[in-house]
Amino acid sequence: MAFILRRLGFYVVAAWVAMTLDFLIPRLMPGNAVADIVSKFPSLQPAAYKALEAMLGVGHPGSLWHQYVSYLYDVFHFNFGTDVTEYPASVSSLIGSTIPWTLTLVGTATVIAFLLGTALGILAGWRNGGWLDRLLPGLMFLQAIPYFFFALILIEVFAVRLHVFPIGQGFSSGVVPGWNMSFIGSAISHSLLPAATIVITSVAGWMLQMRNVMITTIGEDYVLAGQAKGLTDRRVIYTYAARNALLPQLQGFGLALGFVVSGAIVMEIVFSYPGIGLLLVNAVTSDDYPLMQAIFLVITFAVLLANVIVDIVIVFMDPRTRVREVPA
Amino acid sequence: MTLIIPVSADPVVPVEAPSRYGRWRRLPGNAKAGVILLGIFILIGVIGPLFTPYDPSYQNPKLSASLRPPSSAHLLGTTQSGQDVFSQLLVGIRLTLELGFIVGAIATILAVLVGVTAAFLGGVWDEILTLTANVFLVIPALPLLIVLLGELPQKGQTALIVVLSVLNWPWGARVIRAQTLAIRNRDFIGAARETGESTWRIIAFEIIPNQVSLIAANFVNTVLYAIGASVALAFIGVINLSSWSLGTMLFWAQSEDALQLGAWWWFVPPGLAVALIGTSLVLINTGIDELGNPRLRDANSASRIAGRRMRPTDPTPVLASLEPRRSPVAAFVHSFSRSSLLEGNDR
Repeated sequence: MAFILRRLGFYVVAAWVAMTLDFLIPRLMPGNAVADIVSKFPSLQPAAYKALEAMLGVGHPGSLWHQYVSYLYDVFHFNFGTDVTEYPASVSSLIGSTIPWTLTLVGTATVIAFLLGTALGILAGWRNGGWLDRLLPGLMFLQAIPYFFFALILIEVFAVRLHVFPIGQGFSSGVVPGWNMSFIGSAISHSLLPAATIVITSVAGWMLQMRNVMITTIGEDYVLAGQAKGLTDRRVIYTYAARNALLPQLQGFGLALGFVVSGAIVMEIVFSYPGIGLLLVNAVTSDDYPLMQAIFLVITFAVLLANVIVDIVIVFMDPRTRVREVPA
Repeated sequence: MTLIIPVSADPVVPVEAPSRYGRWRRLPGNAKAGVILLGIFILIGVIGPLFTPYDPSYQNPKLSASLRPPSSAHLLGTTQSGQDVFSQLLVGIRLTLELGFIVGAIATILAVLVGVTAAFLGGVWDEILTLTANVFLVIPALPLLIVLLGELPQKGQTALIVVLSVLNWPWGARVIRAQTLAIRNRDFIGAARETGESTWRIIAFEIIPNQVSLIAANFVNTVLYAIGASVALAFIGVINLSSWSLGTMLFWAQSEDALQLGAWWWFVPPGLAVALIGTSLVLINTGIDELGNPRLRDANSASRIAGRRMRPTDPTPVLASLEPRRSPVAAFVHSFSRSSLLEGNDR
């Protein structure tokens, strides 16, 4: 419990830092982001000013401290005001409509990649020198390849040349979103290539890391003791070696989420996938600063939340976190 | 039949002091491949721009020069507006590598400074520095970079280098702090202190030389990350697109529909270059890991003694059977060796 509380405290600090950065960036920037945006949208609707006030501090009479307090208040209520470019829509509704897409796709693909990579890593670590090791150079290439470039190649091969999968978007243009078979089928077929991109490019990293930890763990005396007792290989692999090797892997999972999300953002552009990454990039190209900042916050909160979940899993896996004194 | 193997017969360890070449030969194969691959790219980056056949930005107005596949006139074909892809690639590799190495150097220096300082100061300062590093590790970097660069008025190479360096020190600082804490209480540090060496001298001549491999690995990792991030940011279009880097090449290829037009020669070379540079860095890093922890080496590359694979971490072979499935005595000895555990269920 103490472990969870400490971690929660840390995530609260991290969230606060992210919010404060978000508040300070437009205000400390050289040049004037606000003047830019007002000159770019001369016919700005009065309601849109709300968003600018909240995020950028346009025409706000109060002191910086006053602005900060009202900014925090707005963030806590997920009230990011009205969007500047898509006038009547509110920023939160724009973000809300994209989150399910990203969460389903990126979440599922990441979990699959993690599980698959970890399983392969266990095998490769145990049978060091086996056939899996011959794949290592190829895996390193996959690990180094940029997500979006791999996505381009997949589109070129499977969509443009072979016509097996659709070229982009979240669903076919004729289909109306809803809980019916044709929409779900269309969404799934559109999500396969993006999901494959994430899985294939990130599985190598998990596998290499797990292999290395596994090999180090196998060298420990307690694993040797397990073998000496005459336990079956299966039992030694899973309950002696892999269970312990999994802990660094899980800790790495929390930290790597940021990278996965970053890769997914760029990947969404390549596929024109209607997720939050595409929204962010569209906001950047149309200089929609309030939307950009709101999206940054939402993504950060999501990553922090995922980290909390990972920490809870770690508490179940690692008895050391359940005792009172936690070694740093 | 059993035989006794003389321990000094290990063929990989030369008896004489390692020459420069010997040192190179003993590097793990991964590292060698990585160094050679990276060396080729550095060479291209240094001298390539001197040999560009065309001005990379020159737009050939003739319609016949647009979107040509590779030919002798244009080794890698031309873009939509008739620019030479090969020239862009030569210039782009330089700019991308330059950014990677500068960011790697600055961020690594920052990481060493923060990591060693935190470990030595201890107390509240340590807590604050560690907390800062951890917070910046957990906040997703790319969205933050996009917001920062999106609102920055200047978005050229320099701005990108500054932003990436400032955001990239935490990982290294964390690792270096942990290692410094581990080394700090060793006897040789105590001895140095007893002889009256100043703290700065101890840090510069005792602590830092003892974590060179860690610092090197951190440098390589940072370069890898910086190149990946800069290419992604250029691809999104949040940085200045007027100069040619591998990322801007990919941006123009994507925004002018190279994919839909089937112009693979336009987007494959820059992407492949990024991937190969990245691979070389990953290989070098694996090599550094293997130097520190020989167990990680691919077991196939280990030397063989009496038909058995031996790795540097295996126990010294005292008795070994020439026959693959062994005599009772050898089997008994073998059952206690760690290698049996690692090879136990091979086939």
